[in-house]
Amino acid sequence: MSVLIFIDAADGAIKKGSFEAMSYGAKVAEQLSTTAEAVVLGKVNDDLAALGKYGVKKVHHVANDNLQHFDAQVYTKVIAQVAEACGATVVIFSNNIDGKAIAPRLSVRLKAGLVAGAVALPDTANNFVVKKNVFSGKAFANVSVNTAIKIIALNPNAYQVQETSGVAEVSVFNATVDTPKVKVVSTSKASGEVPLTEAEIVVSGGRGLKGPENWGLVEDLAKVLHAATACSRPVADADWRPHHEHVGQTGIAIAPNLYIAIGISGAIQHLAGVNRSKVIVVINKDPEAPFFKAADYGIVGDAFEVVPKLTEAISKLKGQA
Amino acid sequence: MKILVCISKTPDTTAKIAFTDNNTKFDTNGVQWIINPYDEWYALVRAIELKEKDPSVVLHMVTVGTADAEPVIRKALALGGDEAIRVNADSHDSFYIASQIAHVAKEGGYDLIFTGKETIDYNGSSIGGMVAELLDLPYISLATKFELNSSIATITREIEAGEEVNEVALPLVVSAQKGMAEQRIPNMRGIMAARTKPLKVIEPVAADNYTSVTGFGLPPAKAGVKLVSPDNVEELARLLHEEAKVI
Repeated sequence: MSVLIFIDAADGAIKKGSFEAMSYGAKVAEQLSTTAEAVVLGKVNDDLAALGKYGVKKVHHVANDNLQHFDAQVYTKVIAQVAEACGATVVIFSNNIDGKAIAPRLSVRLKAGLVAGAVALPDTANNFVVKKNVFSGKAFANVSVNTAIKIIALNPNAYQVQETSGVAEVSVFNATVDTPKVKVVSTSKASGEVPLTEAEIVVSGGRGLKGPENWGLVEDLAKVLHAATACSRPVADADWRPHHEHVGQTGIAIAPNLYIAIGISGAIQHLAGVNRSKVIVVINKDPEAPFFKAADYGIVGDAFEVVPKLTEAISKLKGQA
Repeated sequence: MKILVCISKTPDTTAKIAFTDNNTKFDTNGVQWIINPYDEWYALVRAIELKEKDPSVVLHMVTVGTADAEPVIRKALALGGDEAIRVNADSHDSFYIASQIAHVAKEGGYDLIFTGKETIDYNGSSIGGMVAELLDLPYISLATKFELNSSIATITREIEAGEEVNEVALPLVVSAQKGMAEQRIPNMRGIMAARTKPLKVIEPVAADNYTSVTGFGLPPAKAGVKLVSPDNVEELARLLHEEAKVI
Protein backbone atom coordinates (compact mmCIF):
# COMPACT_ATOMS: atom_id res chain seq x y z
CA MET A 1 0.00 0.00 0.00
CA SER A 2 1.17 3.51 -0.75
CA VAL A 3 0.23 6.97 -1.89
CA LEU A 4 1.76 7.68 -5.30
CA ILE A 5 2.44 11.22 -6.50
CA PHE A 6 3.04 12.07 -10.15
CA ILE A 7 5.89 14.53 -10.54
CA ASP A 8 5.46 16.75 -13.56
CA ALA A 9 8.90 17.55 -14.94
CA ALA A 10 8.39 18.75 -18.47
CA ASP A 11 11.61 20.29 -19.83
CA GLY A 12 13.54 18.56 -17.06
CA ALA A 13 12.44 20.95 -14.31
CA ILE A 14 9.94 19.94 -11.64
CA LYS A 15 6.89 22.18 -11.61
CA LYS A 16 5.69 24.02 -8.54
CA GLY A 17 2.38 22.16 -8.58
CA SER A 18 4.28 18.91 -8.11
CA PHE A 19 5.93 20.19 -4.91
CA GLU A 20 2.45 21.01 -3.63
CA ALA A 21 1.25 17.56 -4.71
CA MET A 22 4.14 15.89 -2.86
CA SER A 23 3.47 17.82 0.36
CA TYR A 24 -0.22 17.01 0.03
CA GLY A 25 0.47 13.35 -0.78
CA ALA A 26 2.81 13.00 2.20
CA LYS A 27 0.01 14.26 4.44
CA VAL A 28 -2.51 11.85 2.89
CA ALA A 29 -0.02 8.99 3.43
CA GLU A 30 0.29 10.02 7.07
CA GLN A 31 -3.52 10.01 7.44
CA LEU A 32 -3.61 6.50 5.99
CA SER A 33 -0.55 5.28 7.95
CA THR A 34 1.31 4.43 4.78
CA THR A 35 4.20 5.86 2.78
CA ALA A 36 4.31 8.46 0.04
CA GLU A 37 6.12 7.48 -3.15
CA ALA A 38 6.60 9.46 -6.33
CA VAL A 39 6.95 8.72 -10.01
CA VAL A 40 8.87 10.87 -12.46
CA LEU A 41 9.09 10.26 -16.20
CA GLY A 42 11.83 11.25 -18.60
CA LYS A 43 15.04 13.13 -18.03
CA VAL A 44 15.13 15.36 -14.94
CA ASN A 45 17.76 17.86 -13.90
CA ASP A 46 16.69 18.02 -10.26
CA ASP A 47 18.26 15.88 -7.55
CA LEU A 48 15.56 13.25 -7.03
CA ALA A 49 16.87 12.04 -3.65
CA ALA A 50 16.38 15.57 -2.33
CA LEU A 51 12.64 15.22 -2.91
CA GLY A 52 12.65 13.40 0.43
CA LYS A 53 12.30 16.75 2.08
CA TYR A 54 8.77 17.02 0.71
CA GLY A 55 7.85 13.82 2.54
CA VAL A 56 8.39 11.35 -0.30
CA LYS A 57 10.13 8.13 0.78
CA LYS A 58 10.82 6.65 -2.62
CA VAL A 59 11.06 8.05 -6.14
CA HIS A 60 10.43 5.74 -9.11
CA HIS A 61 12.24 7.11 -12.11
CA VAL A 62 11.35 5.92 -15.60
CA ALA A 63 13.91 7.24 -18.05
CA ASN A 64 13.06 6.35 -21.61
CA ASP A 65 13.49 8.33 -24.81
CA ASN A 66 9.82 7.83 -25.66
CA LEU A 67 8.96 9.94 -22.61
CA GLN A 68 10.82 13.06 -23.68
CA HIS A 69 7.67 14.49 -25.24
CA PHE A 70 4.36 14.48 -23.47
CA ASP A 71 1.79 12.01 -24.75
CA ALA A 72 -1.01 11.39 -22.27
CA GLN A 73 -1.69 7.90 -23.63
CA VAL A 74 1.93 6.77 -23.23
CA TYR A 75 2.39 8.46 -19.85
CA THR A 76 -0.80 6.94 -18.46
CA LYS A 77 0.27 3.37 -19.23
CA VAL A 78 3.63 3.91 -17.53
CA ILE A 79 2.13 5.52 -14.42
CA ALA A 80 -0.37 2.66 -14.20
CA GLN A 81 2.48 0.15 -14.16
CA VAL A 82 4.22 2.01 -11.34
CA ALA A 83 0.95 2.39 -9.40
CA GLU A 84 0.31 -1.35 -9.64
CA ALA A 85 3.89 -2.25 -8.69
CA CYS A 86 3.86 -0.14 -5.54
CA GLY A 87 0.28 -1.03 -4.60
CA ALA A 88 -0.91 2.56 -4.72
CA THR A 89 -4.33 3.10 -3.16
CA VAL A 90 -4.24 6.86 -3.76
CA VAL A 91 -2.63 8.58 -6.75
CA ILE A 92 -2.08 12.34 -6.67
CA PHE A 93 -1.61 14.80 -9.52
CA SER A 94 -1.35 18.54 -9.71
CA ASN A 95 -4.51 19.65 -11.56
CA ASN A 96 -2.35 21.43 -14.14
CA ILE A 97 -2.24 21.00 -17.92
CA ASP A 98 -0.53 17.60 -17.90
CA GLY A 99 -2.43 16.41 -14.84
CA LYS A 100 -5.75 17.21 -16.51
CA ALA A 101 -4.74 15.08 -19.49
CA ILE A 102 -3.39 12.07 -17.58
CA ALA A 103 -5.53 11.78 -14.44
CA PRO A 104 -8.81 11.01 -16.29
CA ARG A 105 -7.08 8.36 -18.41
CA LEU A 106 -5.54 6.76 -15.34
CA SER A 107 -8.95 6.83 -13.65
CA VAL A 108 -10.28 4.55 -16.40
CA ARG A 109 -7.17 2.36 -16.47
CA LEU A 110 -7.06 1.72 -12.72
CA LYS A 111 -10.87 1.77 -12.29
CA ALA A 112 -10.24 4.54 -9.77
CA GLY A 113 -12.60 7.40 -8.96
CA LEU A 114 -11.12 10.82 -9.72
CA VAL A 115 -11.65 14.10 -7.91
CA ALA A 116 -10.32 16.83 -10.21
CA GLY A 117 -9.77 20.26 -8.71
CA ALA A 118 -9.37 19.24 -5.05
CA VAL A 119 -8.75 22.13 -2.66
CA ALA A 120 -8.32 20.35 0.69
CA LEU A 121 -7.08 17.11 2.22
CA PRO A 122 -9.44 14.14 1.95
CA ASP A 123 -11.56 13.13 4.91
CA THR A 124 -10.18 9.61 5.10
CA ALA A 125 -12.14 8.69 8.20
CA ASN A 126 -15.53 8.98 6.46
CA ASN A 127 -15.79 7.31 3.06
CA PHE A 128 -12.91 9.27 1.56
CA VAL A 129 -14.55 12.61 0.86
CA VAL A 130 -12.63 15.33 -0.98
CA LYS A 131 -13.57 19.00 -1.21
CA LYS A 132 -13.33 20.45 -4.72
CA ASN A 133 -14.27 23.65 -6.50
CA VAL A 134 -17.38 23.67 -8.66
CA PHE A 135 -19.31 26.31 -10.60
CA SER A 136 -16.03 27.98 -11.56
CA GLY A 137 -15.03 28.72 -7.98
CA LYS A 138 -18.45 30.10 -6.98
CA ALA A 139 -19.08 27.03 -4.80
CA PHE A 140 -17.47 23.85 -3.58
CA ALA A 141 -18.63 20.24 -3.49
CA ASN A 142 -17.72 17.39 -1.21
CA VAL A 143 -17.12 14.35 -3.38
CA SER A 144 -17.07 10.83 -2.05
CA VAL A 145 -14.88 8.37 -3.96
CA ASN A 146 -16.48 4.94 -4.13
CA THR A 147 -13.64 2.89 -5.64
CA ALA A 148 -10.79 0.96 -3.98
CA ILE A 149 -8.16 3.17 -5.63
CA LYS A 150 -8.63 6.94 -5.50
CA ILE A 151 -7.15 9.65 -7.69
CA ILE A 152 -6.92 13.28 -6.62
CA ALA A 153 -5.93 16.15 -8.90
CA LEU A 154 -4.97 18.99 -6.56
CA ASN A 155 -5.65 22.55 -7.70
CA PRO A 156 -2.52 24.70 -8.02
CA ASN A 157 -1.96 27.06 -5.06
CA ALA A 158 -4.51 25.17 -2.95
CA TYR A 159 -2.01 23.47 -0.63
CA GLN A 160 1.09 24.97 0.91
CA VAL A 161 4.44 23.33 0.11
CA GLN A 162 5.94 21.91 3.30
CA GLU A 163 9.61 21.13 3.64
CA THR A 164 11.04 18.84 6.28
CA SER A 165 14.24 16.86 6.30
CA GLY A 166 14.68 13.54 4.60
CA VAL A 167 16.25 11.80 1.65
CA ALA A 168 14.24 9.73 -0.79
CA GLU A 169 15.36 6.40 -2.14
CA VAL A 170 15.65 6.72 -5.92
CA SER A 171 15.01 3.61 -7.95
CA VAL A 172 14.95 3.10 -11.68
CA PHE A 173 11.68 1.56 -12.75
CA ASN A 174 11.74 -0.58 -15.85
CA ALA A 175 8.44 0.02 -17.54
CA THR A 176 7.06 -0.98 -20.91
CA VAL A 177 6.88 2.30 -22.81
CA ASP A 178 4.85 2.59 -26.03
CA THR A 179 5.93 4.66 -29.00
CA PRO A 180 4.02 7.96 -28.84
CA LYS A 181 1.32 8.52 -31.47
CA VAL A 182 1.49 12.26 -30.92
CA LYS A 183 4.31 13.96 -32.77
CA VAL A 184 5.55 17.30 -31.45
CA VAL A 185 6.14 19.61 -34.41
CA SER A 186 7.13 22.74 -32.53
CA THR A 187 7.03 24.35 -29.11
CA SER A 188 6.94 28.04 -28.33
CA LYS A 189 7.35 29.31 -24.83
CA ALA A 190 7.59 32.80 -23.45
CA SER A 191 10.93 32.43 -21.71
CA GLY A 192 11.43 33.68 -18.20
CA GLU A 193 7.74 34.23 -17.66
CA VAL A 194 6.10 32.93 -14.52
CA PRO A 195 3.38 30.45 -15.61
CA LEU A 196 0.02 31.95 -14.73
CA THR A 197 -1.48 29.01 -12.87
CA GLU A 198 1.63 28.63 -10.71
CA ALA A 199 2.15 32.32 -9.96
CA GLU A 200 1.75 33.51 -6.37
CA ILE A 201 1.14 37.06 -7.52
CA VAL A 202 -0.67 38.05 -10.72
CA VAL A 203 -0.98 41.56 -12.15
CA SER A 204 -3.78 41.86 -14.67
CA GLY A 205 -4.91 44.59 -17.02
CA GLY A 206 -8.21 45.35 -18.70
CA ARG A 207 -9.73 47.70 -21.22
CA GLY A 208 -9.12 50.61 -18.85
CA LEU A 209 -5.50 50.57 -20.02
CA LYS A 210 -6.72 51.78 -23.43
CA GLY A 211 -4.19 49.95 -25.62
CA PRO A 212 -1.35 47.42 -25.80
CA GLU A 213 1.20 50.24 -25.86
CA ASN A 214 0.37 50.95 -22.22
CA TRP A 215 1.20 47.46 -20.96
CA GLY A 216 4.52 48.67 -19.63
CA LEU A 217 2.55 49.79 -16.56
CA VAL A 218 1.41 46.24 -15.86
CA GLU A 219 4.78 44.72 -16.67
CA ASP A 220 6.74 47.13 -14.45
CA LEU A 221 4.51 46.38 -11.49
CA ALA A 222 4.70 42.64 -12.20
CA LYS A 223 8.47 42.86 -12.36
CA VAL A 224 8.93 44.35 -8.89
CA LEU A 225 6.53 41.77 -7.49
CA HIS A 226 7.99 38.81 -9.45
CA ALA A 227 4.45 38.34 -10.65
CA ALA A 228 2.88 36.84 -13.76
CA THR A 229 0.89 39.09 -16.05
CA ALA A 230 -2.68 38.44 -17.15
CA CYS A 231 -5.53 40.21 -18.87
CA SER A 232 -9.30 40.29 -19.21
CA ARG A 233 -11.24 38.79 -22.10
CA PRO A 234 -11.80 42.00 -24.16
CA VAL A 235 -8.05 42.60 -24.07
CA ALA A 236 -7.25 39.10 -25.39
CA ASP A 237 -10.07 39.35 -27.95
CA ALA A 238 -8.64 42.63 -29.24
CA ASP A 239 -5.23 40.92 -29.52
CA TRP A 240 -3.63 43.44 -27.19
CA ARG A 241 -2.25 40.48 -25.30
CA PRO A 242 -1.79 36.78 -26.12
CA HIS A 243 -4.71 34.42 -25.43
CA HIS A 244 -2.81 32.40 -22.86
CA GLU A 245 -2.88 35.45 -20.57
CA HIS A 246 -6.66 35.64 -20.53
CA VAL A 247 -8.08 34.83 -17.10
CA GLY A 248 -11.77 34.35 -16.49
CA GLN A 249 -14.56 31.88 -17.05
CA THR A 250 -13.57 31.09 -20.62
CA GLY A 251 -9.86 31.65 -20.09
CA ILE A 252 -7.65 30.34 -17.33
CA ALA A 253 -8.81 30.02 -13.75
CA ILE A 254 -6.20 31.07 -11.23
CA ALA A 255 -5.84 31.15 -7.45
CA PRO A 256 -2.81 33.27 -6.56
CA ASN A 257 -2.09 34.75 -3.14
CA LEU A 258 -2.46 38.22 -4.61
CA TYR A 259 -4.39 39.35 -7.69
CA ILE A 260 -4.08 42.97 -8.77
CA ALA A 261 -6.69 44.03 -11.34
CA ILE A 262 -6.00 47.25 -13.20
CA GLY A 263 -8.73 48.82 -15.31
CA ILE A 264 -10.92 45.70 -15.18
CA SER A 265 -14.58 46.28 -14.33
CA GLY A 266 -15.08 42.76 -12.92
CA ALA A 267 -17.80 41.12 -14.99
CA ILE A 268 -19.12 37.95 -13.38
CA GLN A 269 -17.34 35.85 -16.01
CA HIS A 270 -14.02 37.46 -15.12
CA LEU A 271 -14.62 36.94 -11.40
CA ALA A 272 -15.25 33.24 -12.03
CA GLY A 273 -11.64 32.89 -13.09
CA VAL A 274 -10.07 34.80 -10.21
CA ASN A 275 -12.43 34.48 -7.25
CA ARG A 276 -10.20 31.89 -5.59
CA SER A 277 -7.39 34.42 -5.21
CA LYS A 278 -6.57 34.93 -1.54
CA VAL A 279 -6.28 38.73 -1.74
CA ILE A 280 -7.74 40.86 -4.53
CA VAL A 281 -6.70 44.46 -5.20
CA VAL A 282 -8.73 46.52 -7.65
CA ILE A 283 -7.56 49.75 -9.25
CA ASN A 284 -10.29 51.39 -11.31
CA LYS A 285 -11.39 54.94 -11.90
CA ASP A 286 -15.06 53.94 -11.83
CA PRO A 287 -16.22 53.69 -8.19
CA GLU A 288 -19.24 51.69 -9.43
CA ALA A 289 -17.08 48.95 -11.00
CA PRO A 290 -18.55 45.64 -9.76
CA PHE A 291 -15.05 44.33 -9.06
CA PHE A 292 -14.83 46.46 -5.89
CA LYS A 293 -17.50 44.23 -4.34
CA ALA A 294 -15.21 41.22 -4.70
CA ALA A 295 -12.03 43.05 -3.69
CA ASP A 296 -10.13 43.15 -0.43
CA TYR A 297 -8.35 46.41 -1.19
CA GLY A 298 -9.16 49.04 -3.77
CA ILE A 299 -8.12 52.39 -5.14
CA VAL A 300 -10.61 54.50 -7.03
CA GLY A 301 -8.33 56.40 -9.34
CA ASP A 302 -6.61 56.74 -12.67
CA ALA A 303 -4.44 53.70 -13.37
CA PHE A 304 -1.95 55.81 -15.31
CA GLU A 305 -1.20 57.77 -12.14
CA VAL A 306 -1.78 55.14 -9.46
CA VAL A 307 0.10 52.17 -10.91
CA PRO A 308 3.52 53.84 -11.36
CA LYS A 309 3.23 55.13 -7.79
CA LEU A 310 2.39 51.65 -6.55
CA THR A 311 5.33 50.17 -8.44
CA GLU A 312 7.61 52.72 -6.85
CA ALA A 313 6.18 52.21 -3.36
CA ILE A 314 6.58 48.43 -3.60
CA SER A 315 10.05 48.76 -5.04
CA LYS A 316 10.98 50.97 -2.06
CA LEU A 317 9.41 48.53 0.37
CA LYS A 318 11.34 45.62 -1.14
CA GLY A 319 14.54 47.64 -1.02
CA GLN A 320 14.14 48.08 2.73
CA ALA A 321 13.24 44.49 3.46
CA MET B 1 -15.43 11.27 -42.03
CA LYS B 2 -17.57 11.21 -38.88
CA ILE B 3 -17.28 13.71 -36.04
CA LEU B 4 -18.90 13.39 -32.64
CA VAL B 5 -19.20 16.50 -30.45
CA CYS B 6 -19.96 16.04 -26.75
CA ILE B 7 -22.48 18.57 -25.47
CA SER B 8 -23.31 19.31 -21.87
CA LYS B 9 -26.09 21.44 -20.45
CA THR B 10 -24.89 23.96 -17.85
CA PRO B 11 -26.36 26.90 -15.95
CA ASP B 12 -25.85 30.28 -17.61
CA THR B 13 -22.60 32.01 -16.61
CA THR B 14 -24.56 34.64 -14.69
CA ALA B 15 -26.83 32.13 -12.89
CA LYS B 16 -27.17 32.49 -9.15
CA ILE B 17 -25.45 29.56 -7.46
CA ALA B 18 -27.49 28.23 -4.54
CA PHE B 19 -28.33 24.83 -3.10
CA THR B 20 -31.41 23.08 -1.72
CA ASP B 21 -32.28 19.85 0.13
CA ASN B 22 -29.87 20.50 2.96
CA ASN B 23 -27.14 21.61 0.52
CA THR B 24 -27.17 18.37 -1.45
CA LYS B 25 -28.80 19.64 -4.68
CA PHE B 26 -28.16 22.56 -7.00
CA ASP B 27 -31.07 24.98 -6.85
CA THR B 28 -32.37 25.08 -10.41
CA ASN B 29 -35.07 27.64 -9.59
CA GLY B 30 -34.95 30.44 -12.14
CA VAL B 31 -31.78 29.09 -13.74
CA GLN B 32 -31.33 29.60 -17.49
CA TRP B 33 -29.70 26.61 -19.15
CA ILE B 34 -27.17 26.95 -21.90
CA ILE B 35 -24.86 24.70 -23.88
CA ASN B 36 -21.61 24.53 -21.93
CA PRO B 37 -19.67 27.42 -23.54
CA TYR B 38 -16.55 25.36 -24.24
CA ASP B 39 -18.63 22.67 -25.95
CA GLU B 40 -20.52 25.22 -28.01
CA TRP B 41 -18.19 28.07 -28.95
CA TYR B 42 -15.10 26.01 -29.51
CA ALA B 43 -15.80 22.29 -30.01
CA LEU B 44 -19.10 22.45 -31.89
CA VAL B 45 -18.35 25.53 -33.97
CA ARG B 46 -14.99 24.12 -35.08
CA ALA B 47 -16.70 20.87 -36.07
CA ILE B 48 -19.29 22.85 -38.03
CA GLU B 49 -16.49 24.72 -39.82
CA LEU B 50 -14.89 21.40 -40.79
CA LYS B 51 -18.23 20.26 -42.21
CA GLU B 52 -18.65 23.53 -44.12
CA LYS B 53 -15.26 22.99 -45.69
CA ASP B 54 -16.00 19.37 -46.54
CA PRO B 55 -19.77 18.68 -46.86
CA SER B 56 -19.16 14.92 -46.81
CA VAL B 57 -18.34 15.21 -43.10
CA VAL B 58 -21.02 13.64 -40.89
CA LEU B 59 -21.47 15.64 -37.69
CA HIS B 60 -23.29 14.20 -34.71
CA MET B 61 -23.66 15.42 -31.15
CA VAL B 62 -24.09 13.44 -27.99
CA THR B 63 -25.32 14.43 -24.58
CA VAL B 64 -25.89 12.40 -21.44
CA GLY B 65 -28.90 13.74 -19.62
CA THR B 66 -32.61 13.68 -18.96
CA ALA B 67 -35.33 15.01 -21.29
CA ASP B 68 -34.94 18.55 -19.93
CA ALA B 69 -31.63 18.73 -21.84
CA GLU B 70 -33.51 18.68 -25.15
CA PRO B 71 -34.02 22.45 -25.63
CA VAL B 72 -30.27 22.89 -25.28
CA ILE B 73 -29.61 20.11 -27.81
CA ARG B 74 -32.05 21.72 -30.27
CA LYS B 75 -30.10 24.94 -29.91
CA ALA B 76 -26.91 23.06 -30.73
CA LEU B 77 -28.60 21.54 -33.78
CA ALA B 78 -29.67 25.04 -34.83
CA LEU B 79 -26.02 25.98 -35.10
CA GLY B 80 -25.33 23.06 -37.42
CA GLY B 81 -24.69 19.33 -37.53
CA ASP B 82 -26.79 16.43 -38.77
CA GLU B 83 -28.11 14.60 -35.78
CA ALA B 84 -28.06 14.47 -31.98
CA ILE B 85 -28.07 11.53 -29.62
CA ARG B 86 -29.27 11.81 -26.05
CA VAL B 87 -28.33 9.06 -23.65
CA ASN B 88 -31.21 9.03 -21.22
CA ALA B 89 -29.41 9.06 -17.87
CA ASP B 90 -28.98 11.33 -14.89
CA SER B 91 -25.48 11.25 -13.44
CA HIS B 92 -22.81 13.73 -12.48
CA ASP B 93 -20.04 11.13 -12.31
CA SER B 94 -17.44 11.67 -15.01
CA PHE B 95 -16.68 7.97 -15.46
CA TYR B 96 -20.35 7.08 -15.88
CA ILE B 97 -20.86 9.85 -18.44
CA ALA B 98 -17.63 9.04 -20.29
CA SER B 99 -18.67 5.37 -20.46
CA GLN B 100 -21.92 6.35 -22.20
CA ILE B 101 -20.13 8.62 -24.68
CA ALA B 102 -17.46 5.99 -25.38
CA HIS B 103 -20.20 3.46 -26.11
CA VAL B 104 -21.93 5.82 -28.56
CA ALA B 105 -18.59 6.65 -30.16
CA LYS B 106 -17.68 3.01 -30.61
CA GLU B 107 -21.05 2.06 -32.07
CA GLY B 108 -20.99 5.01 -34.46
CA GLY B 109 -17.39 4.55 -35.61
CA TYR B 110 -16.41 8.20 -35.31
CA ASP B 111 -13.00 9.41 -36.49
CA LEU B 112 -12.88 12.49 -34.33
CA ILE B 113 -14.41 13.22 -30.95
CA PHE B 114 -14.52 16.80 -29.69
CA THR B 115 -15.26 17.94 -26.15
CA GLY B 116 -15.02 21.34 -24.48
CA LYS B 117 -12.04 21.72 -22.15
CA GLU B 118 -14.33 21.51 -19.11
CA THR B 119 -17.91 22.17 -18.07
CA ILE B 120 -18.53 25.39 -16.19
CA ASP B 121 -20.53 23.60 -13.48
CA TYR B 122 -18.46 20.64 -12.28
CA ASN B 123 -15.14 21.85 -13.77
CA GLY B 124 -13.82 18.30 -14.04
CA SER B 125 -11.91 18.48 -17.35
CA SER B 126 -12.23 14.72 -17.30
CA ILE B 127 -14.60 13.51 -20.02
CA GLY B 128 -12.19 13.81 -22.97
CA GLY B 129 -9.37 11.93 -21.28
CA MET B 130 -11.69 9.21 -20.01
CA VAL B 131 -13.35 8.67 -23.39
CA ALA B 132 -9.92 8.50 -25.03
CA GLU B 133 -8.73 5.87 -22.56
CA LEU B 134 -11.93 3.85 -22.87
CA LEU B 135 -11.42 3.77 -26.65
CA ASP B 136 -7.60 3.53 -26.42
CA LEU B 137 -7.18 6.65 -28.58
CA PRO B 138 -4.71 9.55 -28.43
CA TYR B 139 -5.98 12.61 -26.58
CA ILE B 140 -4.97 16.21 -27.17
CA SER B 141 -6.25 18.52 -24.45
CA LEU B 142 -6.72 22.30 -24.34
CA ALA B 143 -6.49 22.68 -28.10
CA THR B 144 -6.55 26.22 -29.46
CA LYS B 145 -6.25 25.37 -33.18
CA PHE B 146 -7.24 22.34 -35.22
CA GLU B 147 -6.47 21.70 -38.88
CA LEU B 148 -7.09 18.53 -40.82
CA ASN B 149 -5.15 17.25 -43.80
CA SER B 150 -6.80 14.01 -44.96
CA SER B 151 -6.39 11.81 -41.87
CA ILE B 152 -3.63 13.76 -40.12
CA ALA B 153 -4.62 16.45 -37.63
CA THR B 154 -2.35 19.38 -36.82
CA ILE B 155 -3.30 20.72 -33.44
CA THR B 156 -2.01 23.61 -31.38
CA ARG B 157 -2.43 23.02 -27.67
CA GLU B 158 -1.73 25.07 -24.60
CA ILE B 159 1.27 24.20 -22.46
CA GLU B 160 2.57 26.05 -19.36
CA ALA B 161 3.27 29.64 -20.52
CA GLY B 162 3.18 28.81 -24.21
CA GLU B 163 1.93 26.47 -26.89
CA GLU B 164 2.92 23.32 -28.70
CA VAL B 165 2.01 22.11 -32.18
CA ASN B 166 1.19 18.41 -32.42
CA GLU B 167 0.59 16.09 -35.34
CA VAL B 168 -1.49 13.01 -34.83
CA ALA B 169 -3.40 10.61 -37.05
CA LEU B 170 -7.14 10.10 -36.65
CA PRO B 171 -9.02 8.66 -34.85
CA LEU B 172 -8.50 10.78 -31.78
CA VAL B 173 -10.13 12.79 -29.00
CA VAL B 174 -9.61 16.55 -28.67
CA SER B 175 -10.68 18.96 -25.94
CA ALA B 176 -11.23 22.48 -27.24
CA GLN B 177 -10.79 25.90 -25.69
CA LYS B 178 -10.64 29.52 -26.71
CA GLY B 179 -8.96 30.14 -30.04
CA MET B 180 -10.49 27.13 -31.83
CA ALA B 181 -13.42 29.06 -33.29
CA GLU B 182 -15.59 32.10 -32.77
CA GLN B 183 -18.96 32.04 -31.08
CA ARG B 184 -21.94 31.89 -33.46
CA ILE B 185 -25.56 32.81 -33.02
CA PRO B 186 -28.11 30.48 -34.62
CA ASN B 187 -30.08 32.07 -37.47
CA MET B 188 -33.76 31.56 -38.24
CA ARG B 189 -33.03 29.03 -40.97
CA GLY B 190 -30.90 27.02 -38.58
CA ILE B 191 -33.56 27.13 -35.88
CA MET B 192 -36.24 25.91 -38.33
CA ALA B 193 -33.98 23.17 -39.67
CA ALA B 194 -33.14 22.00 -36.13
CA ARG B 195 -36.80 21.17 -35.49
CA THR B 196 -36.73 18.35 -37.98
CA LYS B 197 -33.20 17.07 -37.41
CA PRO B 198 -33.13 13.65 -35.74
CA LEU B 199 -32.71 13.62 -31.98
CA LYS B 200 -32.28 9.99 -31.01
CA VAL B 201 -32.86 8.94 -27.44
CA ILE B 202 -31.07 5.81 -26.30
CA GLU B 203 -30.91 4.07 -22.95
CA PRO B 204 -27.60 4.01 -21.04
CA VAL B 205 -25.26 1.04 -20.91
CA ALA B 206 -24.32 -0.36 -17.51
CA ALA B 207 -21.51 1.61 -15.86
CA ASP B 208 -20.41 2.39 -12.32
CA ASN B 209 -20.54 5.77 -10.65
CA TYR B 210 -17.00 6.08 -9.32
CA THR B 211 -17.81 9.21 -7.32
CA SER B 212 -20.81 10.87 -5.72
CA VAL B 213 -21.39 14.37 -4.38
CA THR B 214 -22.31 14.31 -0.69
CA GLY B 215 -22.89 18.04 -0.33
CA PHE B 216 -22.26 21.54 -1.62
CA GLY B 217 -21.22 24.76 0.03
CA LEU B 218 -20.51 28.38 -0.76
CA PRO B 219 -17.19 30.07 -0.03
CA PRO B 220 -17.23 32.54 2.87
CA ALA B 221 -18.29 36.03 1.81
CA LYS B 222 -15.64 38.73 1.49
CA ALA B 223 -15.45 41.14 4.44
CA GLY B 224 -15.75 44.13 2.11
CA VAL B 225 -13.28 46.26 0.26
CA LYS B 226 -10.87 48.52 2.11
CA LEU B 227 -10.45 51.64 -0.04
CA VAL B 228 -7.18 53.53 -0.13
CA SER B 229 -6.91 57.09 -1.43
CA PRO B 230 -5.18 57.49 -4.82
CA ASP B 231 -3.07 60.16 -3.14
CA ASN B 232 -1.76 57.66 -0.62
CA VAL B 233 -0.65 54.70 -2.73
CA GLU B 234 2.18 53.90 -0.26
CA GLU B 235 -0.55 52.96 2.21
CA LEU B 236 -1.72 50.19 -0.14
CA ALA B 237 1.81 48.80 -0.37
CA ARG B 238 2.05 48.90 3.42
CA LEU B 239 -1.30 47.11 3.90
CA LEU B 240 -0.35 44.39 1.42
CA HIS B 241 2.93 43.90 3.24
CA GLU B 242 1.92 44.23 6.88
CA GLU B 243 -1.77 43.38 7.03
CA ALA B 244 -2.43 40.96 4.17
CA LYS B 245 1.20 39.71 4.23
CA VAL B 246 1.14 38.85 0.54
CA ILE B 247 4.14 40.90 -0.61
